[in-house]
This record gives sequence, structure tokens and C-alpha cells, in this order.
Amino acid sequence: MPAPTQLFFPLIRNCELSRIYGTACYCHHKHLCCSSPYVPQSRLRYTPHPAYATFCRPKENWWQYTQGRRYASTPQKFYLTPPQVNSILKANEYSFKVPEFDGKNVSSILGFDSNQLPANAPIEDRRSAATCLQTRGMLLGVFDGHAGCACSQAVSERLFYYIAVSLLPHETLLEIENAVESGRALLPILQWHKHPNDYFSKEASKLYFNSLRTYWQELIDLNTGESTDIDVKEALINAFKRLDNDISLEAQVGDPNSFLNYLVLRVAFSGATACVAHVDGVDLHVANTGDSRAMLGVQEEDGSWSAVTLSNDHNAQNERELERLKLEHPKSEAKSVVKQDRLLGLLMPFRAFGDVKFKWSIDLQKRVIESGPDQLNDNEYTKFIPPNYHTPPYLTAEPEVTYHRLRPQDKFLVLATDGLWETMHRQDVVRIVGEYLTGMHHQQPIAVGGYKVTLGQMHGLLTERRTKMSSVFEDQNAATHLIRHAVGNNEFGTVDHERLSKMLSLPEELARMYRDDITIIVVQFNSHVVGAYQNQE
Amino acid sequence: MMFYRLLSIVGRQRASPGWQNWSSARNSASAAEAHSMALPTQAQVVICGGGIMGTSVAYHLSKMGWKDIVLLEQGRLAAGSTRFCAGILSTARHLTIEQKMADYSNKLYHQLEQETGIQTGYTRTGSIFLAQTQDRLISLKRINSRLNVIGIPSEIISPKKVAELHHLLNVHDLVGAMHVPEDAVVSSADVALALASAASQNGVQIYDRTSVLHVMVKKGQVTGVETDKGQIECQYFVNCAGQWAYELGLSNEEPVSIPLHACEHFYLLTRPLETPLQSSTPTIVDADGRIYIRNWQGGILSGGFEKNPKPIFTEGKNQLEIQNLQEDWDHFEPLLSSLLRRMPELETLEIMKLVNCPETFTPDMRCIMGESPAVQGYFVLAGMNSAGLSFGGGAGKYLAEWMVHGYPSENVWELDLKRFGALQSSRTFLRHRVMEVMPLMYDLKVPRWDFQTGRQLRTSPLYDRLDAQGARWMEKHGFERPKYFVPPDKDLLALEQSKTFYKPDWFDIVESEVKCCKEAVCVIDMSSFTKFEITSTGDQALEVLQYLFSNDLDVPVGHIVHTGMLNEGGGYENDCSIARLNKRSFFMISPTDQQVHCWAWLKKHMPKDSNLLLEDVTWKYTALNLIGPRAVDVLSELSYAPMTPDHFPSLFCKEMSVGYANGIRVMSMTHTGEPGFMLYIPIEYALHVYNEVMSVGQKYGIRNAGYYALRSLRIEKFFAFWGQDINNLTTPLECGRESRVKLEKGMDFIGRDALLLQKQNGVYKRLTMFILDDHDTDLDLWPWWGEPIYRNGQYVGKTTSSAYSYSLERHVCLGFVHNFSEDTGEEQVVTADFINRGEYEIDIAGYRFQAKAKLYPVASLFTQKRRKDDMELSDLHGK
Repeated sequence: MPAPTQLFFPLIRNCELSRIYGTACYCHHKHLCCSSPYVPQSRLRYTPHPAYATFCRPKENWWQYTQGRRYASTPQKFYLTPPQVNSILKANEYSFKVPEFDGKNVSSILGFDSNQLPANAPIEDRRSAATCLQTRGMLLGVFDGHAGCACSQAVSERLFYYIAVSLLPHETLLEIENAVESGRALLPILQWHKHPNDYFSKEASKLYFNSLRTYWQELIDLNTGESTDIDVKEALINAFKRLDNDISLEAQVGDPNSFLNYLVLRVAFSGATACVAHVDGVDLHVANTGDSRAMLGVQEEDGSWSAVTLSNDHNAQNERELERLKLEHPKSEAKSVVKQDRLLGLLMPFRAFGDVKFKWSIDLQKRVIESGPDQLNDNEYTKFIPPNYHTPPYLTAEPEVTYHRLRPQDKFLVLATDGLWETMHRQDVVRIVGEYLTGMHHQQPIAVGGYKVTLGQMHGLLTERRTKMSSVFEDQNAATHLIRHAVGNNEFGTVDHERLSKMLSLPEELARMYRDDITIIVVQFNSHVVGAYQNQE
Repeated sequence: MMFYRLLSIVGRQRASPGWQNWSSARNSASAAEAHSMALPTQAQVVICGGGIMGTSVAYHLSKMGWKDIVLLEQGRLAAGSTRFCAGILSTARHLTIEQKMADYSNKLYHQLEQETGIQTGYTRTGSIFLAQTQDRLISLKRINSRLNVIGIPSEIISPKKVAELHHLLNVHDLVGAMHVPEDAVVSSADVALALASAASQNGVQIYDRTSVLHVMVKKGQVTGVETDKGQIECQYFVNCAGQWAYELGLSNEEPVSIPLHACEHFYLLTRPLETPLQSSTPTIVDADGRIYIRNWQGGILSGGFEKNPKPIFTEGKNQLEIQNLQEDWDHFEPLLSSLLRRMPELETLEIMKLVNCPETFTPDMRCIMGESPAVQGYFVLAGMNSAGLSFGGGAGKYLAEWMVHGYPSENVWELDLKRFGALQSSRTFLRHRVMEVMPLMYDLKVPRWDFQTGRQLRTSPLYDRLDAQGARWMEKHGFERPKYFVPPDKDLLALEQSKTFYKPDWFDIVESEVKCCKEAVCVIDMSSFTKFEITSTGDQALEVLQYLFSNDLDVPVGHIVHTGMLNEGGGYENDCSIARLNKRSFFMISPTDQQVHCWAWLKKHMPKDSNLLLEDVTWKYTALNLIGPRAVDVLSELSYAPMTPDHFPSLFCKEMSVGYANGIRVMSMTHTGEPGFMLYIPIEYALHVYNEVMSVGQKYGIRNAGYYALRSLRIEKFFAFWGQDINNLTTPLECGRESRVKLEKGMDFIGRDALLLQKQNGVYKRLTMFILDDHDTDLDLWPWWGEPIYRNGQYVGKTTSSAYSYSLERHVCLGFVHNFSEDTGEEQVVTADFINRGEYEIDIAGYRFQAKAKLYPVASLFTQKRRKDDMELSDLHGK
């Protein structure tokens, strides 16, 4: 019954459906699989069948190969003009400036720039930003979906509510619950800062609300009335775990509405990583699940930029994660739990929302699929049980929370999905953003002063400044600027228009071969406010 | 005592960390702070501004015998733009009057040290103007021709020669250059101090740290100045306040509009070269590279005029002296690149400083001098467009002459404050316009260039209609006038590409407009013309006009008289047409840019009589000119009135109805000598009349035409225009207009004595028409104006305007012929015989073209009827 679904829910495009009907990943790229044994699976989150995994080749080889192939098969050269490039790059850009009250900006955040560039069609990344209204602080997060965008979409809509509720004091929770009970107007909890393209699903709104309400009711019941101090770290961990639990539960329970029933299953069977920052004054918490990353831009006294990582990637490159997985499962599975740097040889991130295939018991999976809608049943992927699946759960959504106390030299925070980090080194990311932000706000005028400067030296310096300025002035958004570099940088670290144009004009089905979805949020801190906090204590 | 005071100022400045090359000779100056000295309560002249302009005016006034002069400076002497000026004196200017001012300045500064004992650092270095393109070389050649004929040596040289003159220059991209060997460098602050010192010795009292708050005016006459140290009564006030002149002008109760605006200007100073540059190293101007370079203390000083200027002080931020404004290296980068391209060896030269020195610019890139039209006794000298040092001496001299004698010894209309009106005084306009003017300093100046900023200020009610029909516009005195109409199927070059010294791309378009004027009928919107009405209760209007104008205005009602408004010397203050509307009322039409000048002149000379009313009605009427043999048909069809010469003779004016509209002033005259009519239409009827004329005119082949067609038509018929061909130093007798002067009209008029004398003695110059003979319109450079005229190989004068005559198929130039004595160079009487017996050549950028001189227009152009056997089928085509 695919047709009526399509009618009901136009957001699910053809390709999305095909993905859900099983064979999702490889069906989509079937023509490629057939024409070449070098399937670029290493860039996909899932390796759908172990047989294929053996064909994996290092990235570099694949890169050269496909590039050569592309040149051969597309003789016509097609370049985008700079304005066309800009319109693509800027399509999803969003900026928010924290309003100044009484001419004084009391927030430690000046504002943020965010942007995303799709490689998948539709994009599987999501982003969220919101100000907590009943507590202080701001929440910002990037979510990298896999096996579709259903899970990342749901997490992007719901997670901040779970966090906000976790942070709320007992009285406020009571007040909200009473208001719901008596049908009064509710206290608003979050002020969202959304790009028009960032949508919320209307259909599931009621279901999501009910789950959330159950959560705060439990929080009210659990309250012993002792401690009123809410630990942010704990709140973040609870919120993450609770949401993942709800996702899992909703899929098990199902919904009488067939559309919703299908939706919750899609959410549960797809997956998403999350990297969320909570900023309240000088207190910065980063909760991370998966392989997105939070990076702090620090300006040293000499003006140079250095990067401080505030999150750990949960993947095969992280020794501690490997260790954790081995400890959580019997020794007999030590070799099979991570294969080819993937969880059970399939999944790249070691922590994620959704992905019940790695969480539920085989029985539960089979039961849900059988009782589920036909679409799900027909889907080979969902029916497929990971190999060596003995002691679930193998996957958790529990985040690792890092705390950082902001200092005046901490100028900005970059939250980005792995699409950025796999193309750019963190040091370059911080340098580019740092130079962009300072360039935008105060390009220091040059003064000769008492120094010995020759005309030639000055000329070189000025020429360099001018080229920098011209590339900076093209973008009004730090995230856009970063994407421009991530996609267009040549071997010399400067944006090469020809390259940028080529990368952006790739056909939908090829784009994913060359790059991943990129989502970036750049949060700018107000050093004056941060400094004032410091002086207070 | 004043002299000591002055030297103390010099002493103070030496102590300051100024970088200028202060001479050591003035160390001896001592003591005697004179702050306590009270201001005088009275003086004949108060000069505001102690820069090079103020001191130059004081110097020349005192030399000419005026002694009762006070000079006030708000900060210190020579401390504003004067102090920061780059110190280059260059005579290579585009206007002859500017060349003469610079030449005089050069000679003055040269002997100033000898005269005053104050070292000025004057060094004759010469200057070299580089050309990277052929067009630039043409521009230089034109200047070169004109410099030579006024006695300033200069020559066009090859790149190879350039390299010999200046060993650091990269000459590979040059096509040529102009060398002006007598140009100099000098310390402008020291020049100002020397001038002040000399003036002081002549009795001028100088007070620094004294600010003028405003000028007191009574009955349109300066009565004194209010300063922060008290009042001074005076008859004359001279505003030499540089970039503050605009603010000072506005501070009056009756504001004086002095349109100028400052832009930041940057130049670079370096430490000496390893082998220090000699002080005689020539100054380089690389206009295509937008830079100038001079030697400075063994190193170089280099600045320029960038494409993206930074206007400053728009809100009128006042300050005592120009503080060190911020250096902006990023802004200077293009100029630095240009410098290093020109002198690659400078790479290793060490920077000393980037100087930011605001310069003042005016809306038309010419300086501002003269008397305010609104306040008598209020004189202005400001707005030097960064050539203050070059013009200082000459401009001060002309202004002093103006004050002492009532007029300067040269025609300075191009620089006269009265060329502007209040409409140029908007800060927004000035800010936008100077941003265009400053880059223009080094842009190529080609014929018929129009400013692009500050446009569409004054427009005719037909503007949109004409614009929609392809009109391209030029601006005069803020008024938009159509140049020509681009037919729908035709495309012209982009603005920048259409810059040329050769045949322009609109040639064919104007040709068809001219042809239509001659064979059918054209409409030209001439609403910009200045229109005054003078009425009185009795005969006062006639009496005053008879005194002010040289022709006899006591004509029957309805007649139009061409006449001149002359000065005491018999020169034209204005050239106009006056229609007698009734016994006591006259309608006067003058050139567009006469609006301020003519008004001021009339106001000054008219008795204060409440029975006599002068009104500016320029804005009340839209003027349409119907030109061509079929104009009469169009008009008679529209008015149901016979318009033939029997009923409506030439030079006749009648109020009549045209279409539905009544009260249209119809005049049987054109400004080109073609048959036709001028319609003066109350503006609310303008669109109606235009529509009617166009629709009725269709069957007569009517079309729109513009000023370029008009210009071609009037020049080929030897019609001189005021402000272009004739000015206040030209008498009617010198331009063949004896018939427009009635010496024996029964009463005296201004200039009559001078004309009588001239009639007796003969004229010393004569406006002549030249028809170029061996000139190829397609391939040769076009004449413009200001080209030297040679008679039998001897220089005799310059052209004033030129146009291509589509009827004669030749270029026609108008210009004055003098008769310089071969022995003494003295001017001698010019007779018709002298003109007729010469062989003439016109020098266009160094190429001489043979020309036929004519004292009277070509008669065949006036024959209105074509012979029957000339007709052809194409005459039946719509035009």
C-alpha cells in the first residue's frame, strides 16, 4: 500500500520509501554495485551484508577510482557560476543573534550561525537550537541520521524537550502538570530558533507529547523533595536515555493510526547520533552520543587559534569505546562485536538513538516486524538480523557528558556532524572560523608604528589580507564559510572555485560518494560577559 | 610686531613632531606670545583661514594697496590641508585658466624666498606625466599643445627618454609621456608662512587661535564678523576656510552656499634610498596607475586618487586642525601595488609613514572663487580639488583683483561661485558627487563626459515620456536635458567604452535628428533655460532694462530682442532674448547656468523700487522648441491660426492656444537659426501640448531631438553661446554682433562708453568660425574646445567650441583670433582684413589641420526652400 502513504505524507519521497522497503542502502545504489565491485561502502553508515564488507577498499583508492570514472563517463563539463554556488551553499543557512536588553547583552552567547549541506537525498542530518524558557541556558545540537532520516528527525524534535523537562525544578513540573490536567494554558518551555526548512511533524505531535508527559509525571512522582539542585550532567544523561527508551517503547506498543504506527517503526529502525551543547553562563555541557563532535575555538594570547575537543567520538577509533563494548559482552564475542571497525561489522557509530536492530532481542524484532505493517514486513533490511547477535543490546543512546567552564579566551564552539570532521582537521576548522569571526568584527588596521617595514613586505601583507577579506565577505554566516572550505578547499587550504563547483554539481546519487551530509552550528561567546562572570567569583 | 608674532608661530610648529621639512633658518624666532593682544574692532577686510589661500589673498590684497586687513585662523597658520599637502606644483591642467593660475604660482613661489627670506624648499624638479594607453597620450598631447601656447615649456617624450630622466621607473608598459621641466616641489606650509610674513610686513594683521563664528549681514551686505574673541566690523569678508568653508557659509543668517566636500587622501612617505634620491628628481604622475610620486628627503612621497574614495566630515564635524587621521593601509593597497609596478626596485625601501590628509573636492572638479550672489562683500576662495598649492598664488591674485577692481584680469566664470546655486548645497548630493569627482582626478577626461551621480534633480514634466522614447541625458545646473534619442533598434556602447577622442558612437543618431530638423520638424525640450519676468507699474521696467541691456528694448509689444547684458568693460555678463509681453512687462530667456549669476547681477543693479518686480519663472514654464520647415504646419493645425511669416513674423511673441491649452507663449525664434518656434507652456499643460504636437506632427515626420543636434545646428550657423564662446571679457563688437547694440538708442547703458571707445579703436580679438578642411571625421581626432589656432604658423588664439556640421560635412570650430605683435607679443587691432588674409591651422593634440576662417555664417545654410528638382522619393518617407 505504498501509494496512499505517499499521498498522506508527501515528505516521504520516493527514495525514502525505497529505503524503508528494505534493500534501502544498496538498492538505492544498485546500479553502482553492479557496475563496480568497489562499492564505496566505507562511506555508508551501514554495511548491509557482510559479504560486501570484504570488498571494502581504503578511501583513497576508491576516491581515485570513482573520480577517474566520473571524468570518463561525463564528457560534458559543467560548472556552476559563483552566484549559483552561493545559492546552493546558502540555501540552509541560519543565523541567530541573542537580543540585547537595555543595550546590555547579559547572555554569554552572542548568537550562532548554522547551516547544512545535503549529500543524501533527502538529507539525513538534522539540527536544533532553542533557548530554555523556564530555566536558564541555551541548547544546541546536531543529529546525524542513518538508514533514513526518521530517527534524526524525531530526536531533533523531541530531545530538547526531554532535556528541558529534566532540568525543570519540581514546582514548575507540578505547575505544568496541573495546567495540563485542568486544561489551562501551559508554560512555554522552549523558544526554538529554526530555519524555515527545519520542520516538525504535526502528526506525531500528540504521541510525542503524551510520552513526554509520562516522563515528567514520573519525575514528579520520583521527587523525594530533598535535593532541589538539578545536576545538568545527570539531566542530560537521563533525557537521552529516556527519549531512546520512549522511541523503543512506542515502536513496541504501536499505534492504532496506521500512519503513526509506521512512523514510530521507521524512527525505531533507523538511527541517529546526537551532539548537544547546553550553555548557561560560563557553564558549558556537551552531551555526545555517536561520532559528531563539539570543538571549542580558543584564541591564545598571541592571537593564534587552538582547538579544544569537548566530546569523544564513539566509534572504532576510540579505544575506550572498544574496551567498553568488549566488557559489556562475553569474551566469546570479543572478535565479532567489532568487525572492520564497525559494530557487528555493520554500524560505524558505537552509540546511537533508535537502531533497535542492535538493541532488541531477536524475538522482539521478529514479533514487531511480523505484527507491523506490510511495508515493514517486505523490507529486507529490517528483517535482516545482524550476524553474531547473541547478547543484545549492543547499542546505547547514553551520552558521554563533558563539562567545560568558559573562559574569556573561549571564543566559539563548533558543533558538527562527521561530514565536516572527515574532510577537515579540527585545527583548520577552528582557525578558519576564528579568522572569519575576527575578520568580520574587527579586521585590525595595520600600523607601521616604529617597526622597520619595507614597501615589499607591506605589499605582501596587504595582498594577503585582501584575498582573505574577499573570501570572508562572500559569507555572512560562519557555518557557510566553513562548508565552503570543507567542500572547496584545495591542497593549499584555500577555496578553489572549480572544485567547489564540481562538488556541488554532482548528481544526487553520486554526491554521497564524495561527501557526507554536513551540518554545522557555530556558537559565538561573549567574552565580556564570560570575563564578568569570572571576575564575580 | 606682527612679524615677530608670526615667527613665534613658526617656532612652535618646528617644535611639534611634524614631519614636514622645516627649515632651520627660523630657529632664532623667540618669545612674545601675543594672545593677550585684542582684536581690532574694525577693518576693511576680514579673511578667514590661515592656509595657503587665505595668506595668498592677504598677500595680494596688501600688494595692491589695501592695508586694513585682518586675517583670522582658528588653529595655527598653515596647519590644515596646507601643512599636509604633498608639495607638488604642477602646471599641467585641463583648463587654461587653471594653467595660468599654476604658472603664476610657480613664478611667485620661485622668488618668494628672495622676497621674504623664508626658505620654502622650492626646487625645480620638473614633472613627467606617463601614458599607459594611446588615449591617455592624446589627452597629454592636448594639454601639451595648450601649455606651449601660453609659454609653459613642455614636450611629449618617448618611454626611452622617460627612463633617462628617472632611472627607477619601469617604462615597459608606457606608450609615451609628457615632460614639464619647470614644474617644482615646494613646502606648502612654508609658502603660506612666507606669504603671511610678507603680508604682515605690508600691514596685514594676523591672529591665530581665533574662530569666526558667523558673518554679520545687513541688507544683503557684509557688515562684520563675530568671532570667539569679539566682533570686527568690516566691508569685505573672505571665506578661505578650506574644508570648513561649507559649514562657515551655512552659519550665516543668510546662508552662503559653497558646495564642497572633503575626502580622505593618503600618501606614503619612505626613508631615504640607499643612494638617496636627488632633490632634483622629477615628479612622476602615473594617472593610469592612479598615483603620483615625488622625491622626498632622499626617499619618495607617493599618493594617488583611488577609485573608491572615503568621503569624510559629511556631518560637518569641526575641529581646530586636522588631527592625524587614521592610516588605512588596506585602502592604500591598490595604490601601493601600482607604485611597486612602476618602481619595482622600491620593494626593499623602508616605510616611514602613511599620511591621511583630507582634501576638498567640488561638484565639477573646479575650484570655487568669487563673490556670493546673496551677500555683497562676501568673497570665497576654496575647494581646490587637491591642487591648492598649484593654484594658491594665482587664485589669490585673481580674487584680490576681483575685490579691488571689481573683476579679475582673466575670465574666471568656470571657477565662479555663481555657477552653482542652492541646489548643489545638499550634503547628500555633495557626498555622492565627490565620490565620483575624486577618482576623476586621474580618469581619462574625454569630450562630452557627464557626471553620473547627483542626477535627476531638476527635470522637465516630460522627463519620463522622453526617457521612455530612448532619451539619453546630460545635466546642466542640475537640470536634465536630452542629448539625443536612441532609436529602439539601436544599441550604444556601454558608458565606459564610449569614452573616445574620436568619432562617437552616437554620430548617426544625431545625424538623423539634424536631418529631420532641416527637412521636417523636431521637438527639443529646452525647459532648463533660465526664465525671468520683469514687470513694473509704470515705465520703470523699460527704463532699467534700457540701462542694463545694450540693444533697444523700446520695441512694440510682441517683439523679441536679442541683446547682451554688459559690464562696464562692454563684456557680456549675460546673453539673452527678451520679449516685450506688454508695455510694462518683459520676459527674459537666458542660458541655464545664468540662473544665479544673472539674478545677482540684476538685483545688484536694479533700484530698490517696490514698483519694480523681478521674478524667476524658470520652474513655471516648460519650453518646447519646434525646429524645422514643417513647424509652422504643426502649429497652425494645432491652433487654427495662420502661422506664416506674413501673420507671424520672425522674432515675434504671442500668447495663444495650442490644442486645448490656452495661454501658451509662442515665439517665432529658435536658438539655432533654423525656422521654428519656441513654446513656453505653463507646466500643467506641458504633457498635453507635447502629446498634441507629437500626434499632429506625425504626418509631417516629427521626431524628438536632443541638445547634440541643437549644438551641431547652432555652431554651423556661427551662433555663439554665452559661457562657452563668449564671456564677460567679450564685447558684442568682438563677436560680430554690432547689430545687437544700439549705441544711439537715446540713453546711456552699462558698457556703452567702452563700446564707443572700442568702435573707435577697433577690436583686439575677433570670434571667427573655422571650417576644417583636411580633417577625416572617421579617422582623425575630433576637435573639442581649447585647441590652439595658428595663422600663418603663428599662434593667434584658441577655439571655444566645435561641432560636426552634417550639412557642410565638415567640422566647424568657433574661436578667437588675436593679433600678437611679432616683435613684442603685444596685442594689436584685429581687422576683417587681417582675418581674411590668413592661412589657418587648428592644432588637435599636436596634429595641425587646415581650416578656413569665416567671419559670417555660410549663407547657403539659411536657404529654407529646397528646389523642386532636388526632391526625391525618400522625401516621402516618414522620418
